[in-house]
Amino acid sequence: MRLINIHPGKGGRPVLAALPFVALALAYLIGSGLRLADNPADKLLPSLAAMGRMIEVMAFTPDKRTGDYLLWTDTAASLMRLWSGLAIATLIALVLGLLNGVLPIARAILAPFVAFLSMVPPLALLPVLFITLGLGEVSKIALIVIGVAPILTRDLAMTAAALPREQIVKAETLSASSWLVATRVVLPQVMPRLIDSLRLQLGPAFLFLIAAEAISAEGGLGYRIFLVRRYLSMDIIFPYVIWITLLAVAMDLCLRLIRRRLYPWAEPEGQA
Amino acid sequence: MTALTIQNLWKEYGDQVVLESVSLTIAPRAFVALVGPSGCGKTTFLRMLLGQERPTRGSILMDGDPLPPEPGPDRGVVYQRYSVFPHLTALQNVLLGPEMQASRLTGRVWGMKRRVLVDKAAALLAEVGLAGAEGKYPAQLSGGMQQRLALAQTLMMRPKLLLLDEPFGALDPGIRAEIHALMRRLWHEHAMTVVMVTHDLREAFALATRVIAFDRPRNRPEERMRYGATITNDIAIWPPRVAGRQTIYDADIPAGQDDLSRFAIHSGTTRPVAGAQA
Repeated sequence: MRLINIHPGKGGRPVLAALPFVALALAYLIGSGLRLADNPADKLLPSLAAMGRMIEVMAFTPDKRTGDYLLWTDTAASLMRLWSGLAIATLIALVLGLLNGVLPIARAILAPFVAFLSMVPPLALLPVLFITLGLGEVSKIALIVIGVAPILTRDLAMTAAALPREQIVKAETLSASSWLVATRVVLPQVMPRLIDSLRLQLGPAFLFLIAAEAISAEGGLGYRIFLVRRYLSMDIIFPYVIWITLLAVAMDLCLRLIRRRLYPWAEPEGQA
Repeated sequence: MTALTIQNLWKEYGDQVVLESVSLTIAPRAFVALVGPSGCGKTTFLRMLLGQERPTRGSILMDGDPLPPEPGPDRGVVYQRYSVFPHLTALQNVLLGPEMQASRLTGRVWGMKRRVLVDKAAALLAEVGLAGAEGKYPAQLSGGMQQRLALAQTLMMRPKLLLLDEPFGALDPGIRAEIHALMRRLWHEHAMTVVMVTHDLREAFALATRVIAFDRPRNRPEERMRYGATITNDIAIWPPRVAGRQTIYDADIPAGQDDLSRFAIHSGTTRPVAGAQA
């Protein structure tokens, strides 16, 4: 039998999915074990126990100086910034993307400009943002917005423009105005795609967040990682990285569920 | 009663002449089938009737007035594909037109008004044979059911002119015969003029009151650019079909129920519609 025709069974699928994770964990444990056997003070690949101790310190012990539980205050600060940035970017994308996708005049004005903006490397603007908007929350949120909004906007506009022309004409024969075409025909049909591209933008959004926090912040997940880097505290950095990854995975999952719940007609099988 | 007058119509795309000197008068309540080879401008002609495209020269008059330059609720359309909205259920698809007409801001209505509309929509869905499918999305309906839905959605607006662009071209023969029977009934019962583009001559002669053929009189390769298609045949169906009066020739006789006396009634409609009597 050809390889392309061999499908994993129902029970085999989770096992196969777990394999790379197990392999990664094993590789880490072996590497860490070898290094620690060589030098018990090695900081590069800390043992699970050492990481567990640091998780205990960061997550469940109040900080001596401030009395905060650092992991949670960091998480709250970071998520605040991330979600504000994503929310603003989504709003901008909705307005500009719909204008762009529905109105030929708006498209003529906006499309080249948005295409140009989306090519500006956001990180190169970071110093400008810090100088003009200060070192507070605004500049970090602005960085995320600048990084994410143009891509969301272009994606939305393309999706809107790709709707069959027949549908728009059909809506006109059903007495729709331009506004109603946008709100009742185009908007609901681009929403699933907007959620999907938002999911794809979670990665870049975290990148911009951590970059901004690394340079200047008083708290936050990225700030903490870059702070303890000075002490080579891999036993804090690794759990933080895993935590950030888990947060991103959870958000991705939530968005997928929202999409499935709100837009059942857009599921691949077409089954509501 | 909607009459169409088309006077010396030309359509050109750049140097390419698509249609030339098309003149045509369509009587109120007619059912006109447009036939012709691929690329002879049938669909372009339909799009101009719809207002989706503008003629290069010539004019189209509807009841004596020039056609509005954009599509509107007086002209309904059913395409071969993309006629219904995939994000709305069958009922929502049918409600969409009246809802948008009633509420220009939100495009939705609630309460008593909505209940009246829902009743009307459900009745129309039942009329086209979609009772029970109200809550289904188009992707869950078969091709034939989607076209029935598209017809119901269009008829909700009570269009004066119904334009059909190969509406049944993608359906298999059995389904097509059923939907032809439906189409005939709808034409009898709703006060509208119908223009249908089709590839299928049998379909054209089975439904229409008049079959119009488009073709290029000059079709040598070097002529193709500068000479467009025009009307080459204009055939009135005999015996004549008259809207609102089903003749025995067109009666949809189910197998085993061919008692002709049942169909020998003057007006063969299943329900009276104001203005449907021609």
